[in-house]
Amino acid sequence: MNLSQIKFGEVATITKVKGNLLALKLFEMGVLPGEEVALENVAPFGDPIAVRVGEYKLCLRLQDAAHIEIKINE
Amino acid sequence: MRRKITVALVGNPNCGKTSLFNALTGMNQKVSNFPGTTVEKKSGEMKLNSEVSLQIIDLPGTYSLYPKSADELVTYELLRNKAETNFPDVVIFIADASNLKRNLLLFTQVCDLGCPAILALNMVDVAERRGIYYNSEVLSKELGVPVIPINARKKTGLEPLKEILIHHLPKDYNTYFSLEKIDPDFLNMVSKVTDKRNPYAALQYSINAAELISEKSARIKEIFENYKFDARQFQEDEVFARYHIIDNAVKQARVHKEHSLKKSVTRKIDAVLTHRIFGILIFLSLMFLIFQAVFSWSSYPMDWVEAGFSELSRYIQTNLPEGVLNDLLVQGILAGLSGVIVFLPQIIVLFLFIAILEDVGYMARVGFIMDRIMRPFGLNGKSIVPLISGMACAVPSIMASRSIENKKERLITMLVIPLMSCSARLPVYTLLISLFIPDTAVWGPFNIHGLVLMLMYFIGFAAALVSAWIFKFFIKSTQINYFLMELPGYKMPVASNILITLYEKAGAFVFGAGKIIIAVSIVLWVLASTGPTKQMHAVADRFEAITQNMTEAEKNEAIINGLNLKKDAALLEASYAGQFGKFIEPAIRPLGFDWKIGISLLTSLAAREVFVGTMSTIYSVSGTDDNLDSIREAMLKETNVSTGKPSYSLATVFSLLLFYAFALQCMSTVAIVKKETGKTKWAVIQFIYMTVLAYGSSLVVYQIFG
Repeated sequence: MNLSQIKFGEVATITKVKGNLLALKLFEMGVLPGEEVALENVAPFGDPIAVRVGEYKLCLRLQDAAHIEIKINE
Repeated sequence: MRRKITVALVGNPNCGKTSLFNALTGMNQKVSNFPGTTVEKKSGEMKLNSEVSLQIIDLPGTYSLYPKSADELVTYELLRNKAETNFPDVVIFIADASNLKRNLLLFTQVCDLGCPAILALNMVDVAERRGIYYNSEVLSKELGVPVIPINARKKTGLEPLKEILIHHLPKDYNTYFSLEKIDPDFLNMVSKVTDKRNPYAALQYSINAAELISEKSARIKEIFENYKFDARQFQEDEVFARYHIIDNAVKQARVHKEHSLKKSVTRKIDAVLTHRIFGILIFLSLMFLIFQAVFSWSSYPMDWVEAGFSELSRYIQTNLPEGVLNDLLVQGILAGLSGVIVFLPQIIVLFLFIAILEDVGYMARVGFIMDRIMRPFGLNGKSIVPLISGMACAVPSIMASRSIENKKERLITMLVIPLMSCSARLPVYTLLISLFIPDTAVWGPFNIHGLVLMLMYFIGFAAALVSAWIFKFFIKSTQINYFLMELPGYKMPVASNILITLYEKAGAFVFGAGKIIIAVSIVLWVLASTGPTKQMHAVADRFEAITQNMTEAEKNEAIINGLNLKKDAALLEASYAGQFGKFIEPAIRPLGFDWKIGISLLTSLAAREVFVGTMSTIYSVSGTDDNLDSIREAMLKETNVSTGKPSYSLATVFSLLLFYAFALQCMSTVAIVKKETGKTKWAVIQFIYMTVLAYGSSLVVYQIFG
């Protein structure tokens, strides 16, 4: 499962970040394996989405979110 | 002589850096270029005490020292080069305490690069509201640097910060990240080639140089190849190693306290402001409100500016001896300047709104809402703010597009911004629209004049999107395309932040545009008041002959009836400017323009707003009262000599409106595009495509309606 499929109310843990340069940029912005993520807002046209990651809110496109693999927390 | 300490403010975007800069320097700020470069530097002076003064440099926010956008590169360029005269004695690193871990990543990089640093822990209150408490003494011990909790927006914690700068200025830098796993031979090689102050700085420079700094990049790539160094993997390992070190420090410094978790306010506000329906409605209403404010509220101060200038002109005209200097001052410089300064109220109102929306954190949401709409046009959410501020003035807006990481999207944004109807077009639109629609006409509750005006703005926006879409196919990019943006928490606006922004924008407009306008006014005045001697004499002789046999009383009556004005108009026609108008007339006749409009096109090549002033000179309207009304009447009365029909038919007016909507008649824009893209090529391409667009659409419209 990846971050573009997350639903409201779900809390997930990042397991892997794919993509060559995108992954690097995401790491620098604190999107790391082991961090918790939760969906906060969806833009009016369904894309991009805003997620809470670590301690802040990040907005990203669905196509970029698809590079972030997650596992829903029990 | 005071000791001068150079301080650089560094931090992530949205960490409160600019608030701290404003709190420390107040109005003592200036924007200048780094010596010998076109890179802009925002710096300010501050006296600490009788012995020490600070030179503070505000650097653009960045997430790491591997820059990905043009503004991040500015930060890196300053910190990498110790030979640079602006190299800071100390870095004040501003970290958002509510998001400490991510902020400290950059902090450790800055230190490793060789900068002595002080850590200013900002937004402690926000963190504590979320139940995150830190012991700054423990953090200081863990990181080995002074740690000062501050609140930049409320200006607290500044005294301890100054205390450290005066008495305990750090001289050495800390290192965090170890290069022990890297082949020492390889490190020696890159150190030799790059000549940096330590191996980490050398390696980091090499990685950046291989990617985006052209200097030595071929040699560095060769070394990477020889030693099989994988820069991408190294950066990833570096980030994780740093987070590992930071995790430990943060864990040690974290204080666990009981607290009741409140639901975040930001989340509640965002639920409404980014809502599927309300989000868009609120955005559109805000745009409408800004529009209203720009066009109706600003009209009062604009009238005052106009009145002030006409007062000043009259004063100079009567108190200075008649002659060339008098004419140059009044008809050249003052007339030109008042044409620019009169827009200042509109620019201030527009930037006031933008500054407030930016300061509270709403502008990032606009990017979030609009990204999906902008994407098919080769733009992204970050393009929307420069486009909106393009309605005030293209120049600062083109600079604002620096935050767009993707080079192609940034370039497209810069190329289409001037199609947004800026405030310089406003007086041109106002004059032209009033030629065919009376100001009082209403359609239901709406003023038709206003509606047509809004239509012009819409046409500009639509043209910007369509042009962007076309550019998308012609501009190549190998860069990956992503859109990652932090949505900062909402904050109450801080008046001083907004005032300082306004002061800076207004100043840039007045001094930037003012210089060009004065130069153009002088050239124009010379061209319009001199001409080939033979023709000029012929005109003078003709009027001489008319008045020759008149009595004094008859002469006065003739002057009242506009004889002098007719003479001025005839002289203008004979002048160099008039000759030019006649020369280009064949080229613009298909658009419905005559030589008089030709002169105005020439003069407004430097700045659009000059159109109205030139028209008033051509139609020999004197006096500044009811200026627009009198030009309008003169233009309406004008008939075409060959057809006998009015010169300003509906078709000509439509054609002119479109021409001014699309043509790039602004030298400041050409200059800033050349500077920001670093290439003359793009400025030329932009000028040509906009001219073709203007000419083509005017031609079509005139041929259809004419």
